[in-house]
Amino acid sequence: MSKKEYSFYPGCSSQKAASASNYQTSVNSMCDVLDIQLNEIPDWNCCSASIGYAGGGELPRLALSARNMALSEQAHAGQDIVATCAACWLATRETKERLLHDEALMKETNEALAAGGLKVEANQDIRHMVEVLIEDFGYDELGKHVQKPLEGIKIAGYVGCQTNRPFGIAGESFENPKYLDKLVETLGAEPVENYDKKVSCCGGALAFSEPEKSQALIKDIIESAYDGGAEMIVTPCPVCQLNVEAYQDNINAKYKTKFSMPVVYYSQLMSVAYGKSGKEAGLDGQLIAAKKLEDIAGK
Amino acid sequence: MSNMNQAMVEKYRNDFLKEVKANVEEGDWVQMCMQCGVCSGSCPFGPYWDHPPQELFMMIRAGKREEVLSSNSMWMCTSCYNCIARCPRELPITHIMHGLAHYADRLGLAPKEQPTRKFANRFWDNLVKKGRVNELKLGVSLYFMNGFIEGIKTAMAAAPLGMGMMKAKRLSPMEYFGGHGVKDSKGLDAILKKARQIEDEKIAKYNS
Ligand code: SF4
Ligand code: SF4
Repeated sequence: MSKKEYSFYPGCSSQKAASASNYQTSVNSMCDVLDIQLNEIPDWNCCSASIGYAGGGELPRLALSARNMALSEQAHAGQDIVATCAACWLATRETKERLLHDEALMKETNEALAAGGLKVEANQDIRHMVEVLIEDFGYDELGKHVQKPLEGIKIAGYVGCQTNRPFGIAGESFENPKYLDKLVETLGAEPVENYDKKVSCCGGALAFSEPEKSQALIKDIIESAYDGGAEMIVTPCPVCQLNVEAYQDNINAKYKTKFSMPVVYYSQLMSVAYGKSGKEAGLDGQLIAAKKLEDIAGK
Repeated sequence: MSNMNQAMVEKYRNDFLKEVKANVEEGDWVQMCMQCGVCSGSCPFGPYWDHPPQELFMMIRAGKREEVLSSNSMWMCTSCYNCIARCPRELPITHIMHGLAHYADRLGLAPKEQPTRKFANRFWDNLVKKGRVNELKLGVSLYFMNGFIEGIKTAMAAAPLGMGMMKAKRLSPMEYFGGHGVKDSKGLDAILKKARQIEDEKIAKYNS
C-alpha cells in the first residue's frame, strides 16, 4: 500500500508531558509501520471538549473547532482531518455538521473567524483514527503487519461513550460495537465476550468535579472486565483511559477492592504486535504496568 | 438578581418556553419532546438529578423558570450521549443540557457551589488564556477552587495520583511554568471575542 496522508488534530491531552502523551507515542509507532503520514494542523487550538460549555456558550465553542478546520483547509487541502481523541473528534465533527446544516450559523462563524483572518468551508471529513484503521486499511491489512501476536492475553474492549455516540463507527451498533474486539483478535489476543460495561460512561470530565459519583461508575467498568476474565482493558479514548487507570487506588481504598488492571490504547497493542519496543509503544507511560505487553515487547 | 436576569424576567413574563427557545442552545427543540421518559433512564448520574431531562422539559413548558434555572440537574450531565442515541424524537438533549447550564450561569442563577459549574468555567478560562488546555494548571486551580484550606485537603487526597502521573511523565511540573499555547493567540482571542459579541447581539435582538 502506498503512503496515506491525513491532516492531524492531536488535541491537548496528547501534548508532550500531558496525560495522553503515551497515546501519541504509540500512534506514531503504529503509523510508522502502516506508512501513515500525519500532518499536524498548524497552530491548532483546544476544542473545549464537552466541558467548555459553562464559560463558552455556543458560538465561541463552535468557533474554536471552526478555527482548527479553517487552518486545516488552508494547510492540508484535500486531506481528511483525523483526531485520536474522542472528545476532539466529536467536537469537531459536531461543528462541521452544525455549520453545514445551518446557513446562519455558518455565516456567524465565518464572521468570527474573519476577526482572526480565517475562513472555513467545512469541506473536509472529520474522522477518528479508529475509522482510518478500519475503513482505509481493514482488519486483514492490519493483521498482515503483526510480527509478535499477543497470544495468551485476554483483553476487555472498553469503547466508552464518545467514539460510540452519537456518531459511532459505521456499521457498528450503539449497544455492542465490535471493532475493538475484532482488532484484539486481529492482533492475536483474546477479546472478552459480552463485556457488559463496554459502552458505559466513566464520568468523563466530571471525574474531576464529581469524583465519588464517577468512581462508582469506573468501579463497575473494571469489575465487569475482571468478571469476564480480562487481564487488561483497551480503549480508543484518552478520557476513558485516564479515568479507568488513574483512580484504581482511590477505588480500592473506598470499596476494599484489589484492582490492578492495566488500561492501554489500541495503538499500544498494535505497536507491540508490530514489533515495536515497550518505549515506542508508550508502555513506560502506564500508571499500572501492562506486564504481559512489556514481556512480549521485550522478547 | 443580575441585570440580565431582570431584563429576561420582564421580557418574557410568563413565557419561559419562549425564553428558552430564544436564548438556550438548541432550545427550540424542547417543544418536540413527547414526554416518553426514555432519556431520563439514560443518565449515568441518574440518581443525583433532581429533575431528569424529560422532567426539565416538562417544567420549561409549565413555566417553572426559577426551579429549572437554579437546578443542580443539568450540571450532572456527563455528555455520554445515551439520550441522543435513544430519543425517539431525536432531540439533541446533551446540548440542551449544556445550553441550560450555560444560560443559567450567565444569568447568575446557577448554584454557586456546584462543582461542575466551577470546573467547567475554570476549563474555559484556562483554554481561553492560551488556546490550549494546560492540565497541570487546570488541576491546580481545581484543587484550590474551594478556598485554600479545602484546596490543601483536596490536593493531599489526590497527591498519590498526581505523583504517579508525574513519574509516568504524563503530568510534568514544567508544564506549570510555560506549557502549551497557540502561537497566534491574538488571532484566537479576536475570534472568540467576535463570537461572543455576535452571540450577545443575537440575544439582544431577539429580545428587543
Ligand atoms: S427521550 Fe426524547 S421524547 Fe422522550 S422524554 Fe426524553 S427528550 Fe422527550
Ligand atoms: S448526555 Fe447528559 S442528559 Fe444525556 S444521558 Fe448522558 S448524562 Fe443524561
